Amino acid sequence: MKTPAPLQPIPSDSAGIVLEARNVVKRYGHMTALDGVDFELRAGEILAVVGDNGAGKSTLIKALTGAVHPDGGEILLDGEPVHFKGPLDARHRGIETVYQDLAVAPALDIASNLFLGRELRRPGIMGSVFRRLDKKRMRQEAERSMAELKFRLPSITNAVEALSGGQRQGVAVARAALFARKLVIMDEPTAALGVRETGQVLELIRAIRDRGLPVVLISHNMPNVFELADRIHIMRLGRRAAVVSPKTHSMGDVVAIMTGATRVEEARDPGV
Amino acid sequence: MSPRETKRVLGTAEPAIDTDHSDGTNAIGIRIGLRILRTGPAFILVALVIIMAGLNEYFLTVRNLQNLFTQTAMIATLALGQLLVIVVRGVDVSVGSILGLTVVLSGLMMQAGFENGLVHIAVFISAGALFGLFNGFMIVKGGIPQPLIVTVATLGIGRGLALLLSGGTEHIGMTPVVQVAGSGSVLGIPVPAILVGAVTLCLAVLTLKTLWGRWIFAVGGNPDVAGWLGVPRDRVVMSCYMISGAMAGIAGIIYAGRTDAASPLAGVGMELDAVTAVIIGGASLFGGRGHIVNALIGALIIGVIRNGLNLMSVSPFWEAIAIGISILFALELDVLRRYLEEKLRARAARAMR
Repeated sequence: MKTPAPLQPIPSDSAGIVLEARNVVKRYGHMTALDGVDFELRAGEILAVVGDNGAGKSTLIKALTGAVHPDGGEILLDGEPVHFKGPLDARHRGIETVYQDLAVAPALDIASNLFLGRELRRPGIMGSVFRRLDKKRMRQEAERSMAELKFRLPSITNAVEALSGGQRQGVAVARAALFARKLVIMDEPTAALGVRETGQVLELIRAIRDRGLPVVLISHNMPNVFELADRIHIMRLGRRAAVVSPKTHSMGDVVAIMTGATRVEEARDPGV
Repeated sequence: MSPRETKRVLGTAEPAIDTDHSDGTNAIGIRIGLRILRTGPAFILVALVIIMAGLNEYFLTVRNLQNLFTQTAMIATLALGQLLVIVVRGVDVSVGSILGLTVVLSGLMMQAGFENGLVHIAVFISAGALFGLFNGFMIVKGGIPQPLIVTVATLGIGRGLALLLSGGTEHIGMTPVVQVAGSGSVLGIPVPAILVGAVTLCLAVLTLKTLWGRWIFAVGGNPDVAGWLGVPRDRVVMSCYMISGAMAGIAGIIYAGRTDAASPLAGVGMELDAVTAVIIGGASLFGGRGHIVNALIGALIIGVIRNGLNLMSVSPFWEAIAIGISILFALELDVLRRYLEEKLRARAARAMR
């Protein structure tokens, strides 16, 4: 198993667009979930994706993470067309996803959870043949990356079940950041958390962005979106209704676009 | 039972956990209480040994301890395999039948005049492993995600095969290697006890130090997450049933060696002892939690209760009651542990503010 290079994303191409979708279509029988949607994630940004229920948010995310296959259009990762065979394929290409349910194994410690599915093994024959774990190195790497992300935890050897909900989700988010080489997608990461705990996770998301990893944040929580996002991608009726900046638009504007009260002539970016 | 009542019952073990003010000492009290509770099964075992030794002077004699270890070896072996299965959210009640089947296979080989000891040992272990693999295969690939039902079915199949193959009769006289494994001793230590020690050591290293060990706790703790993080979930689950079957084969060696006979009824009812030992040993039936050494301790607790009551000539009917009580006691200790951990967690969250 390869040693991951924590928090060192591969720089994207000169255009600065890490992940792009062009005219993606997805139909379920007679229902059109995605009606030619465009999407653009730039290097080093937090892009929020918002939309009413049924606007195509989750289908878009599923298409971007390989969970569904689009019927039309194309998806480009670092400018190259990609066809994900499944979520695992997307992960191998450097896209990590965090879900709202707390994705941890409760009885294992924090370090083990961070390396779950990608455990480090001892060098030499002990690791390759006997598959002995390198617990010490995993612990050190885990401590280092948690310190880099400035995420406060009691001790890296604590079982995850001894943590609060926010800290647990923090572990899941940190795991994604630790292994994502291109970008992290967060699907309602704070939906299961209280206000204070949400704050901890938002801090962590910001720290990930500041380390240079772009983040796609799907959220219903408008205040959170406005607190964090660099740009906001608004879905409506299976398309991108607009991309706005929280600096130039208010929450009211965004909700108006989401619900169709305000028509946007074309999906324009608010400039770099 | 509310946590407050539980505390009163066990008040002597955990001082200073009652007050909600005076933060420092309170936290230390909780920590000490947790430390004791986490050693839970060992704590019960030591207490039981002290009680039994106090009640009967014969209990701590070498001869009786040898006896105790030999008697407990089979349950312990089965419990070690059972623990793995329970950690991955399963249960294997077919182990008694697997034991019986492997014993009968060895008996048939004796009847055919085939006495090579190493081949016998290999047959015991590999036949058990194959049977276990079949259990795992039916549960995972056969799409029957109810381990209890599947292994109840194979419990019947295994016992039926044992009776059918043996014609319902017992073969007397096993091969020398098997005899030694079941009733020999080295420097006064019974060979079955040495076998259990070796197996425990192997499984402890496997579960605590290797990738596979990490995976069984991941799969048991959160199967979905383990799956999408790339852990080969199905193979991990099947491997646990396979090892449980192999353990039943090893228990079969001990059984055949002790009785020097191959009875088709060998191991009847032992699956319940195995599951009981694992539960007393603090593993969670909800998966993801358990410790190999504690499964061994659970088996020893059952052994000590049986042996001690036996020595005191207490009616064997009490035995079942005593073991039942120790299950409930172990479960209550777990409830208390969880309550204290929750309290500590809330405190830590407040401290982070």
